[in-house]
Amino acid sequence: MGFEQILFYLFAAITLVSAGMVVTRRNPVHAVLYLVLTFVTSAVLWMLLEAEFLAIVLVLVYVGAVMVLFLFVVMMLDVDIATLRAQFIRYLPLGLVIAAIMAIEIFLVVGPAQFGLDQVPRPAAAAAGVSNTEALGRVLYTVYVYPFEIASVILLVAIVAAIRLTLRHRPETKYQKPERQVRVTKGPDRIRLVDVPSEPRLGTANAQEGKPE
Amino acid sequence: MISLSEYLLLGGLLFSIAVAGVFLNRKNVIILLMCIELMLLAVNMNFVAFSHFLQDTAGQVFVFFILTVAAAEAAIGLAILVVLFRNRRTINVEDLDTLKG
Repeated sequence: MGFEQILFYLFAAITLVSAGMVVTRRNPVHAVLYLVLTFVTSAVLWMLLEAEFLAIVLVLVYVGAVMVLFLFVVMMLDVDIATLRAQFIRYLPLGLVIAAIMAIEIFLVVGPAQFGLDQVPRPAAAAAGVSNTEALGRVLYTVYVYPFEIASVILLVAIVAAIRLTLRHRPETKYQKPERQVRVTKGPDRIRLVDVPSEPRLGTANAQEGKPE
Repeated sequence: MISLSEYLLLGGLLFSIAVAGVFLNRKNVIILLMCIELMLLAVNMNFVAFSHFLQDTAGQVFVFFILTVAAAEAAIGLAILVVLFRNRRTINVEDLDTLKG
């Protein structure tokens, strides 16, 4: 058994166990953390498949951004876990049966009989000096440049939608009104002259009071 | 050496676990979203494996776009979840019957 195989079986086992933990943990925070572990070990498996760029992207984007977002939301919402878990045991047999049937079907379709080493041999090792990132970038910015632009628009829509959905105007909060600020005119809007009667001089007033004595 | 079918079986098992998770946690929307992420990961695993064994970069480009769309989906899904919790004070799926569907 080669070193690569040991790595594969080790990380595949960790991936499957942590995925099982994700769906069975009582505490959603633990589930999110196990999902992070699943993604990290999957990134290692993708590195074994020589998809280095996607492995890094998986760690940066998924673990770094999406899972942190999940963690934020899980910690922000005050969820009553007990009622949400009430019928966990009841659906356990049904879920296990369906999962087992699906796994068996998938095994029959993509098992070693169809996609073993005899049918799909290992590809030749990549030539030295050809990086996965460069190869991906070459096709991404030429053949797939139009889908790439659409993907950026999808991200923009997601930003706008997420901000708009969670935006909330509270009546007690004080805001500036920029449209009124820029609409002021030079005259009475900006400056108001007030006529204040001048006070009499302090020294002469005392002198006048002092005279009759 | 590791064959293509082992990667495909790993992806299939991940997908089955995610489907089982949908059945087990059918009340908790957060866990349901996480199960969807797991399914997408399983599909991506298959794409990367095929891309490597067939020496075709198109599979990895596909994974790139799936990651993009999944990030957008997670952001909007969680935003909807936050709004839902703000209005109804619950994320139990069975309480979300306003549409009477």
